[in-house]
Amino acid sequence: MRGKYPVSFVPPRGGRTVKSEARKLTAPLDEAVARELRAGDSVILSGTIITGRDAAHKRMTELIIAGKQLPFSIQGEVIYYVGPTPAPPGRPIGAAGPTTSYRMDAYAPLLMEHGLRGMIGKGRRSEEVKQAMMRWGAVYFAAIGGTGALISKTIKEATVVAWEELGPEAVRRLVVEDLPLIVATDSRGGDLYVTGPEAFRK
Amino acid sequence: MKTIKVEDVTAAVRRLAMDACTILGDDVIQALERYQVTEESVTGREILSRIIENARIARTEKIPLCQDTGMAVVFVEIGQEVHFSGGGLLEAIHEGVRQGYRDGNLRKSVLDPLSRVNTGDNTPAVIHTELVPGEKFKITLAPKGFGSENMSRVMMFPPSAGIDGVKNFIVQRVEESGGNPCPPIVVGVGLGGTFEKAAFMAKKALLRPLGTPNSDEVLDGLEKELLERINKLGIGPMGLGGSTTALAVHVNAYPTHIASIPCAVNIQCHSCRHAEVEL
Repeated sequence: MRGKYPVSFVPPRGGRTVKSEARKLTAPLDEAVARELRAGDSVILSGTIITGRDAAHKRMTELIIAGKQLPFSIQGEVIYYVGPTPAPPGRPIGAAGPTTSYRMDAYAPLLMEHGLRGMIGKGRRSEEVKQAMMRWGAVYFAAIGGTGALISKTIKEATVVAWEELGPEAVRRLVVEDLPLIVATDSRGGDLYVTGPEAFRK
Repeated sequence: MKTIKVEDVTAAVRRLAMDACTILGDDVIQALERYQVTEESVTGREILSRIIENARIARTEKIPLCQDTGMAVVFVEIGQEVHFSGGGLLEAIHEGVRQGYRDGNLRKSVLDPLSRVNTGDNTPAVIHTELVPGEKFKITLAPKGFGSENMSRVMMFPPSAGIDGVKNFIVQRVEESGGNPCPPIVVGVGLGGTFEKAAFMAKKALLRPLGTPNSDEVLDGLEKELLERINKLGIGPMGLGGSTTALAVHVNAYPTHIASIPCAVNIQCHSCRHAEVEL
């Protein structure tokens, strides 16, 4: 069987670590704090956030359009686009890395209009999403895709708050401690997914 | 003639599902370490370091590498002298996937494409069987996440497009994918054959250990050229800028028709997971 490396394996470290320079933030976020953040900033996030991905976004949008109350508040909230693996015994959650964000682009502007302050995912966002971020003072954080095991260690509690029948897509409230993120897109239109690759293109 | 009990196949597939989702291969770790040294972006180096750290945690604490534990793609090589007893081979493989995803606390991501109702047990698997000489029986399970799978494409070129058209298409596909497939990626390419043969070859190319040269000299040159072009795009780790966009490009080729150049690009995230066993 493949995939063996010594148990004593220690990952090499190059460059600075996020922790030494990162800005500590607590969620939910104030609009003023969200507006201060700039694309490229390293952030360590603690506090409570909510989760939601494709199916949950569809339901939230349908309820808002129908003029109905959401079963949870999104005022000032940061939403994490994640569909975790089932929690093994003794842990609050399984692997919990970000899913690709563009699939939520169709829904995100309406949620920001109704108070959503931050989004955590991976990959570029649409122009419409960026315009809404500028208008409503929201921020988009990139988590490192595929690092589901590493990120799960920063999640201290996970509670399903709505739509349990959606399984991995149910909306959960997470208590996170020192979740490392990078500001990918800010409320002034700064976008590391554009400027980052431009800087290194040969 | 060799006889294999299908219950042994189920047990093996169950184990492979759990191992593949938690253990990243030596070859992938080593490639990540090599690129961590040469990566030009500080953020990029940090990301590579966290990806390597994630692999260590997943392995030692048995937490899946990624929350997307994928759709189970199973490659089976069956010797023509092998006989199966105790039931159907394909059902035994599906049962192994069912048990592995349940017992390993892996995410069940498989659903009906029209109703979008989840099957609840991550079945059916996608199973590819190949007949080989002798008594060999080998199973490889490659969980495929769809952040990267969604970025894959098949293109049927007219012969006039030439090899340059093919090369540009591959590089452009990576560029358009940006950070979505979780770079640094592995690019599997299938060149020639038919529509579905090209896609199959592209997927199978992902199984070749990273860092090993292509046995065909011409394809080896093509792989190196494509890798260099892709890593000049600047996309970098997670698409946030840098010199490491792909860890490898692997090309499989097959003769094709006078009217076409089929080309499939199957994109694989940095979590290039698979486990294999011979019974």
